[in-house]
Amino acid sequence: MHNKSLTELAAGLRAGEFTSVELTQHFLDRIEKYDESLNSFITVTPEIALAQAAEADAQIAAGTAGPLTGIPMALKDIFCTDGVKTSCASKMLDNFISPYNATVVEKLKAAGMPMLGKTNMDEFAMGSSNESSYYGAVKNPWDTERVPGGSSGGSAAAVAARLVPMATGTDTGGSIRQPASLTGITGIKPTYGRVSRFGMIAYASSLDQGGVFARDAADCALVLGAMAGFDEKDSTSSEREVEDYAAGLDQSLQGLRIGVPAEYFGEGLDEGVAASIKSALDKYKELGAEIVEIELPNTGLAIPSYYVIAPAECSANLSRLDGVRYGHRCEDPVDLEDMYKRSRAEGFGSEVKRRIMVGTYALSAGYYDAYYLKAQKVRRKIKDDFVQAFENVDVIMGPVSPTTAFKLGEKSDDPVSMYLSDIYTLAVNLAGLPAISVPVEPAEGLPVGLQIIGNYFDESRLLNVAHQFQQATDWHKQSPEGFGG
Amino acid sequence: MEWETVIGLEIHAQLSTKSKLFSGSSTAYGAEPNTQANVVDLAMPGVLPVLNIDAVRKAVMFGMAIEADVPDVSVFARKNYFYPDLPQGYQISQFDKPIVGLGHLDIELENGETKRIGVTRAHLEQDAGKSLHKDFAGQTGVDLNRSGTPLLEIVSEPDMSNAKEAVAYMKKIHSLVQFLGICDGNMQEGSFRCDANVSVRPKGQAEFGTRAELKNINSFKFVERAINIEVERQIDVIEAGGEVVQETRLFDPDKDETRSMRSKEEANDYRYFPDPDLLPVAITQELRDSVRAELPELPEQKKQRFINQFELSAFDAGVLTSNRALSDYFEAVAEATGEAKLSANWVNGELASHLNKAELDVTESKVSAEQLTGLIKRIADNTISGKIAKDVFEAIWNGEGDADEIIEAKGLKQITDSGAIESIIDEIIAANPGQYEQYRSGKDKLFGFFVGQVMKASKGKANPAEVNRLLKAKLDA
Repeated sequence: MHNKSLTELAAGLRAGEFTSVELTQHFLDRIEKYDESLNSFITVTPEIALAQAAEADAQIAAGTAGPLTGIPMALKDIFCTDGVKTSCASKMLDNFISPYNATVVEKLKAAGMPMLGKTNMDEFAMGSSNESSYYGAVKNPWDTERVPGGSSGGSAAAVAARLVPMATGTDTGGSIRQPASLTGITGIKPTYGRVSRFGMIAYASSLDQGGVFARDAADCALVLGAMAGFDEKDSTSSEREVEDYAAGLDQSLQGLRIGVPAEYFGEGLDEGVAASIKSALDKYKELGAEIVEIELPNTGLAIPSYYVIAPAECSANLSRLDGVRYGHRCEDPVDLEDMYKRSRAEGFGSEVKRRIMVGTYALSAGYYDAYYLKAQKVRRKIKDDFVQAFENVDVIMGPVSPTTAFKLGEKSDDPVSMYLSDIYTLAVNLAGLPAISVPVEPAEGLPVGLQIIGNYFDESRLLNVAHQFQQATDWHKQSPEGFGG
Repeated sequence: MEWETVIGLEIHAQLSTKSKLFSGSSTAYGAEPNTQANVVDLAMPGVLPVLNIDAVRKAVMFGMAIEADVPDVSVFARKNYFYPDLPQGYQISQFDKPIVGLGHLDIELENGETKRIGVTRAHLEQDAGKSLHKDFAGQTGVDLNRSGTPLLEIVSEPDMSNAKEAVAYMKKIHSLVQFLGICDGNMQEGSFRCDANVSVRPKGQAEFGTRAELKNINSFKFVERAINIEVERQIDVIEAGGEVVQETRLFDPDKDETRSMRSKEEANDYRYFPDPDLLPVAITQELRDSVRAELPELPEQKKQRFINQFELSAFDAGVLTSNRALSDYFEAVAEATGEAKLSANWVNGELASHLNKAELDVTESKVSAEQLTGLIKRIADNTISGKIAKDVFEAIWNGEGDADEIIEAKGLKQITDSGAIESIIDEIIAANPGQYEQYRSGKDKLFGFFVGQVMKASKGKANPAEVNRLLKAKLDA
């Protein structure tokens, strides 16, 4: 059952081959059996999952079920869930039971998807390896000595190991695409504003965007359709209508113009990864697409720009975590200042503190113009690069990450080298564009992801382009060994 | 040395919207602590602000009323600081792109001249909650009902040169926001409060002196006192060879002093930056048009209209339009009675003095506009004299009923019947033969004596004009 696509699972549920309760129990059993080695879940919610599954079965029996009814899912622990711990993988929120549901959670609930639990992540989504979690690192199911990527590492690892058919993620600088790439699954980060951010704990508000991990593009299309849409509770969400993503999957790629930026194939790109990406591009040529060499000249500025803007926003976003109303509060504070200082010093991990300090500095009097304002100007240049490029091409392709999954601990003492691994993903967030990671030929036995970047609100085309590749290849069907096939 | 004072005010007016600036919670005053705070006001992780368009409309209306520049785009910014009654850890405010730009307002000076005061800007921001230090045994309680309530911060140019001007400006803004219906102006509940920037300089000097900011002054009386005390303090400091330091000071009305809260060095670096959760606010032509259509008559316009329509003096019209409720009260009475001047005299006279004495607002008046209308009608149709009317007013004020009921019950109806008056006159002449003789022999002054006697005998109810006419006829016959 766990190797079936969402469409197959939906068909099986309708045909009565299995019930949602059976399906849900199956995945709960797999989590129970295999997650100890992966640590991909922070909280597993069997009672809720089975109760929701029973409801789904009733809907299926009554003929009122939708396409996703009864298929279980998991949520990155950044999405607030009413009555369930929502920790953001931080000691700060270890005791936090959310009093409300995120809009994404409401939407998936309305779609009838039972919630298996909340997945592990980098603390407050800050990290590229899922090693900064208060609940310990997540391991990559392809090699448990390696990282699954981050920050949505738990969701990626759980989907890759088939512990769950799909999971939600968030992507601020690559946090869906990079772990999808490193674990050999499909992950889409939609256009900024496509999915509501309400109830998604903010890291960097102008960059954060919710998205989907699944085995393939067709599955992503189904779930994204259920998640996306305008939300009056999120002023930055788009009022644009949501397309029927599944409907466009089968279009031919004949005449598709693929832009390939020279900047994405320069120094620092692992040779094996480069070879895998090139062979994927060759496959696209076979499918009728045309490769166009393009330039994104400001690519190199994405890292410094991102690492000013994201910390600046996070330094304010995380101020509410002050120990006053919820979350960690230090023991026996002597006064207000002591309470703030110790609660926050104890509650936050080192990467979070580092980014709060960087961001506070970048916004402080006398430095604002030189850092924050400059970074915003660079951000506009990066966006302009893409806007120009999309005048000539339909999609842009390149690697997601310069390397395959690295070893646990390899970069955890060197934050800058960790930041550099985001080089191909950050610009997309700065520009607010949609992008998807699609598994291509592995390099030395480890997954490699092809990044496809689309124009604004062109998710339909992204999914179509990814799906056509997956119709012609089997990379997305490969799964790691050791998890019961 | 002669000193010159420079004053600028920052007024915080709470906008009278039903819900908060960025959440759907009620803004009603006085609820149980924390019952008007939802997940957004509590700044739960993951929540987002959504702008209340009604607050935007009210701010734009204010901008129009002071003939200010209202730019096409304004931006919300985060002002970062930690405090327990500030749940987000930042206040959503506006920084370099406020919703209302430069405007102005004219104030009347004591010498009758007007002075134009510049309004630098006005911006929208969230109010904080309240920290409660009593009743928590060494701890602090936090009430977030007020948290997120919309404020319009109105910043003046440093155009005022004494405390009286500052008070006149503050009163003018107070009256204006109430006229516009954008703020209830309730100073006890903190809906209207003010900070004052005060500095002194030697007369004739072009540069400003170092200023002190006086925080949170919540009455007109205190503004005047706080400024005067602070001006004296600054002059004393300088004349003793010291220097005024830039700082925030708190006015203590009990001790009649200002004292330092924090100096410039201790001031927060608020690290303002545009709030990424909110889009820039676009003020479209459509919005401008629809706000303009709702723009009520402004005090100045109303004053002119009262002068023209009701033929009031500029002074009377000015007093009556100093407050929207008062002007509405007057207009209701004037319209219903058709006696504008009489109505103005009564509203500015008896009514005003009763309200003053009882420390009541016109909206709390114990004599309603309908009741005063009833009274004035009886004066106009000569049912009662003006003197008796004052007693009737007193009785209405004391809750004894409407004018007609009281006149009836107390038998206060004016005697206009000439027969009745003549017979009183005859009695008085008969009872005072000596005075009568003296009058007849040319002592005209005694006429007043006879009027007084007749009025007294009629218990004030005789129509004075009638008494005059008949008495003259009898005495001179």
